[in-house]
This record gives sequence, structure tokens and C-alpha cells, in this order.
Amino acid sequence: MAKLGPAGYSPYPVSVTEGVLTPPPGKALMFNEIVDEEVAMREAAKAMLTRENPTIFPGPQVLYAWNEEAKRKAKFVRKMAEVLGAKIIPMYDYRPKYPKIDPEKEINPNHPNLTIWHNKIKACIFIGVHCHYANVALKIIRAETDCFTIAMCSMAGHEDAMITLRDQHSEDLEKFIRIAEEVKRELGK
Amino acid sequence: MSVKIFKINEDLKEFMPQEIVDLEEKATWGNPKRGVMDLPYSKELIEEHSLCAGCPESAAFRYILASLPNPEDTVIVNSTGCTSLVFPHIALHTVHPLFGNQNSVASGIKRVLEWRFPDKVKDVVVIAGDGATIDIGLDCTLQSFFRQEKITTICFDNEVYANTGGQDSGATPKGMEFKMAPGGKQWDKVPMWQLAIDSGCHYVARLSVSSPKKVEQVVKKAIYVAREVGPTYIHLYTPCILEIGLNADQGLWEMRQRDKERFKFFEYMTDEAKEVIKRKKEEGLL
Repeated sequence: MAKLGPAGYSPYPVSVTEGVLTPPPGKALMFNEIVDEEVAMREAAKAMLTRENPTIFPGPQVLYAWNEEAKRKAKFVRKMAEVLGAKIIPMYDYRPKYPKIDPEKEINPNHPNLTIWHNKIKACIFIGVHCHYANVALKIIRAETDCFTIAMCSMAGHEDAMITLRDQHSEDLEKFIRIAEEVKRELGK
Repeated sequence: MSVKIFKINEDLKEFMPQEIVDLEEKATWGNPKRGVMDLPYSKELIEEHSLCAGCPESAAFRYILASLPNPEDTVIVNSTGCTSLVFPHIALHTVHPLFGNQNSVASGIKRVLEWRFPDKVKDVVVIAGDGATIDIGLDCTLQSFFRQEKITTICFDNEVYANTGGQDSGATPKGMEFKMAPGGKQWDKVPMWQLAIDSGCHYVARLSVSSPKKVEQVVKKAIYVAREVGPTYIHLYTPCILEIGLNADQGLWEMRQRDKERFKFFEYMTDEAKEVIKRKKEEGLL
């Protein structure tokens, strides 16, 4: 593994330069290791429960009620925030905002670091953000902040997040909430 | 596209900024009778713009976006210029291709949409400046007319390359001087509306944006005709007040002056276009 970067991960802007790729189906990626999904979920929950100002960034795929799965996921995101004691700051679309965003209320993929700096967020979960914008935002966050990033992706995952959970659908979110509750109890919170 | 895409999940609604909630609740989706008269009461599809204060292009944007009969199923193809800074801010699908090839890209999008969604109405509208439409992209513009592509092309004519400091364009009138063209334009303004007619457009209009209602009418006519018949073209005068040395509050005055001369309202339609327009009027959509 390369030298530690700002968030204790890597100083390189793109993790594929170090050969880090998305995990195979059924597995998760934790830093540069392929691990079982449950292991990654526990670590993700621990990061969110122990770091300052944990925040969930829901993207359009869960913010808008465009199908039944999105409606179910929205409920779980809400529940997840309650369990993790996390704030919710939406990434509702990908338009650049002129003259600037309100970092207390929103996050934009083109400069996600502003929201993270402003709110001093040390751990976050990306969920429901379309892959191409999640990729951009996660790279910027990785390079510019010391925030621990967790990507809960319904597709192949994001190697630039510190923990990547792939193929995450509503039943997986339910499982994550259950694990988060366990970790919370273990931590005595 | 389904209008559902704008419906916010109730569980997360309280976290959304007010302007996004307004976009769901107060924008005029799914209503072909929408128009500029809704502007004071409804949520606009443009949140903010990054143009200069008082820029007539910003007015044109507002009127056009308020007039699209089918915004939820409209794709806008734009091009390089002042306007390209605004497109990312609007709440519609927009595509920014290479400088000048906007009509080629729009042709491809329209064909694919017709193939992919044969039972749905999908409008493709090109909005580009005079440089993109008349100079750099003239080939692509005219070829799309020759091919009878079912797209609407709207040219924002400010008669100059304003974004790069004031070079003369094909749309600059003869003799007009700009900062980067101190000798004055040597040739006549390209009569793009006439080229559009000669190249096979079924509906052509030339006007300034001094009259919002008139802009609404021509935009709707052009889109309805493009849907059923073939290419349509609108030539709009949107002066660059900065480059011609006017104040922020003088754009409307400038357009009204030109309404009497080189941007006097002009409209052309083929017999097929007339039929569509007549039918749409009977349906109360115009």
C-alpha cells in the first residue's frame, strides 16, 4: 500500500493507478483489500459511529420516487441516519450551482470538498449517486479532505471510496442497518 | 422520461432545498398549455443564470423554457458560447457537443429517441449562438435541414463573438465595428432565415425577444411542426449589450429599435406546416 494520504488511504488521485479495482460480486473492497461484505459493513458502521460529523449523501436514485425500490431505499436511508446518528445532506442533481452552493444544505459532485470542509465531516456514505458523478466526487474528496468515504453502490462499486459495498439493494440496506445496530451496541453507544 | 423523476421521496423531502421542492410542486410539467404567462406564478426551469446583468439572452432563455410544450420529454442540444455557461443550470436534459456540430448531434439523438421510444413524443431542440449556427456549424446546420431531421433549431443572434472579446461573425451586419474588429465588418450579414427556407425548413421565424408572447408562439409552432413534418428554424435577436456599449437596462430598448428594421418579424411556413399549426390552434395548444 502506498504512503498515507490525507484520509489515511492513498496520496494518489486515482486508486486504479495502484491496481485497486472494484470488488468481485459478493465481496466488498476495504481500502485495497477484497473482504467479505459483512466485514466491510461492520467497519463502515464503526467508521460512521466513531468519527466526527458522520453524514449520508443520498443521490437522485434514492431521493426521487421513480420506482418502488427507490421508495424502499429512501425509508432505509432515513432509518440508517437514525441508527448511525448521521446527518443527511442531499446530492439532488448534478447541476453546478451559481454563484455557490449552501454547504450546510447540499453537496455538489463538482466540488464536494466544500460541503465536507464546511461541516467538518470525517465519515460519509454515498448512496444513490449515479456512478459517473460518484466517481468524480469520491476522487475529489479523497484528494482534498480527510473524510472516510463509504460507497453503497447498486452496481459494481467505486474503488476510490475507502469502503465499497457493491450490488446494494433495499435488502442489503436492511442488513447494514442490522449490523450497524449491533456495532452500536458493542461500542456502548 | 417519466414525470415521476421529479417526485421527491417523502422520507427524504425535508432534507431537500426549497428550490428543488418547488421544482416538483410548482413547475409546469405535463401541461402543453404552459407558456410565458405562467412565469410569475410557477417555478422556472432555470434556477439562476451566469450571464451579464440585463443580458437579453437570459430573457430568451426564460421565455423559451417557459414555452416548451413538453419539457419533461425535451432534450436540448447547445453549443459553445455565453449560453453554454447557462445550460448546466437548467432542469432539463442538455447536451453540449463540439463547437458547431450541435445539429448533427441533435439529429442522432432524435433518431435514437424515435427508435427507442416509438410510442412517445420526444422533442429535440438545438439552441446555439450565431457563431455556432452560422459560421462554425453552418455545414452541420444546413445538412440537418437537407436531411429533413425532425428537430427545432433556435439561433441566438447577438451579431458578434461576444464571449471571446468581440470578433465579427457571419451574422454581424456590414460595417459594424467591435473591439476585436476595429476595421468594421467587410461583408453583408448572412441571411440565415433565408438559407433555412432554401434548405428545406418547414417553419422559419425571425424576431427579437422584445415580445415574450410572440417568442412563445413561434417556439411552440416550430416544435409542433418539427415533431410531425421536418426541420424548423427560429432566428432570435439577443443583442450583447456589453459589446455594443449599452447599459444593463437598455437591452429591451435595443431590441425594440431593431424590431423596426433588420429584425422585423418574419414568418414562413410550408403548406404541411400550416396544416399542423391550424390543427394545433383548433386543439387550443397555440
